[in-house]
Amino acid sequence: MEKHMRKGTPVLKIEHMNIRFTQYDRGLHQRELPVIRDLDVEVYAGEMVAIVGSSGSGKSLLAHGVMGVLPYNASMGGTITYCGEPLDKKRLDKLRGTEIVMVPQSISFLNPLMKIGPQIRKGSKDPEKKGKLRNIFKRYELKEEVEDLYPFELSGGMNRRVLISTAMIENPKLVIADEPTPGLDLKVAKRAMTHFRELADMGAGVLVITHDLKLALEVADRIVVFYAGTTIEEADCADFKQEETLRHPYTKALWRAMPEHGFQYIPGSQPYVKNLPKGCPFGPRCSQCTDECRGEVPYRRFQGGMVRCLHAAETEVSE
Amino acid sequence: MKLELRDVSYRYVKDGQKILEHFSLTVDSHERVGIKAPSGYGKTTLCKLLSGYLKPVAGEILLDGRPLSSYKGYCPVQMIWQQPEFAVNPRLRMKEVILEGDQVEQRVIEGLGIEEDWMNRFPAELSGGELQRFSIARALGRRTRFLLADEISTMLDLITQSQLWHFILEEVKRREIGLIAVSHDQELLDEVCERQVALDKIGAVGK
Repeated sequence: MEKHMRKGTPVLKIEHMNIRFTQYDRGLHQRELPVIRDLDVEVYAGEMVAIVGSSGSGKSLLAHGVMGVLPYNASMGGTITYCGEPLDKKRLDKLRGTEIVMVPQSISFLNPLMKIGPQIRKGSKDPEKKGKLRNIFKRYELKEEVEDLYPFELSGGMNRRVLISTAMIENPKLVIADEPTPGLDLKVAKRAMTHFRELADMGAGVLVITHDLKLALEVADRIVVFYAGTTIEEADCADFKQEETLRHPYTKALWRAMPEHGFQYIPGSQPYVKNLPKGCPFGPRCSQCTDECRGEVPYRRFQGGMVRCLHAAETEVSE
Repeated sequence: MKLELRDVSYRYVKDGQKILEHFSLTVDSHERVGIKAPSGYGKTTLCKLLSGYLKPVAGEILLDGRPLSSYKGYCPVQMIWQQPEFAVNPRLRMKEVILEGDQVEQRVIEGLGIEEDWMNRFPAELSGGELQRFSIARALGRRTRFLLADEISTMLDLITQSQLWHFILEEVKRREIGLIAVSHDQELLDEVCERQVALDKIGAVGK
């Protein structure tokens, strides 16, 4: 995919987002779990950005955080800007579901007691909307009869297309898709991703949250790598063609772990939120880790992307 | 040792469509075989048949010439499931989960990177990758002769995937365990298996 032109103000800009949970530990002892520690991402109109991180790392919370649907015991910090202005609750309530839409992870988010057609149109009987829905169905190869069915009468793949249709019926400027391809085989997953690609090509900013790096590389413009609650690298998809153009040691390790690139691995596992190391979360597994890495590591611009690593410059010399 | 499927057919619903039809496959205990097919073509069904969770409607499954169903107690053919969350009892602590099968050697536990303090946790307190390590350990009991891996690494990040596969490969080679790996990831199968079998809608075609 060619390098994407980024201009104007981003549709969505998240800076230093952090989300923490308050939990009861033992008895009345409360403790805080910082699930997302420091997350920065920008999405421009007409581009598709993929946030890639392993399962259970709290990526879904990011989507829920932007949409303002976090659980009651979660608190969020940082700033979210939508089209240049801060996205506060009042503005969000107005835009949510029209300009800003989310395609949730599971098809269980559909209302089981409502027929597909009215559900997508949100009950509207406007003939214009009905016509639009018919066009959307045509594009997604859904038959017109589907409108009169309930979600349980459709297959998993069809329900997924219905979920995407609910996003398409409005004219969204920002689409957030949360893990849109779980349990789908490669062919179907690719097709589902292409639908989001189309939304981006039509001018919306699309943010896809996924664990599947390979799939993301095929459709997205940019990849944001998420590790232990922080964003550690932002790279164009083209940078993943070779190891040298990648920036962070973790991303490089990911690259080397692909079966087609040597299938090598590094020991250890991603730290759990309860016992995160100080400073760089990747430090304990990193061969270049020094004392400075245990302090604050800034997220900085580097070679056309972003990186959260103090030693990124040194690794670049080998290029 | 030899694991053999002879002319096996299976259908879930009586008089319904057959998922597998006259399917035959032989795997030796030092072999590593990959199975690939789109979803809905019966990959998981095949694994369940091979590990004795399902019984074929026709044909037979033989382990060393004896029907698999005649083996009592611990089944020498063990399966690792796609979603470890659903393959462990949520009410058992991990140290109990690991004892559900056969005795698991310390080498396996250490090799998979299972930490001592995970043993006292419940499944809900572990991540998917950590849980999958336990499922792999549990399937690699002392008497395991064949290992079935059904899409065991789809939800893991690439580094964990590579870590776990390296360990499994080392272990099956050392103990001459036959491996049957199911995956849609062609590159992974190329890396892990010696030969591959593709399933099509009726039965299978060898490659």
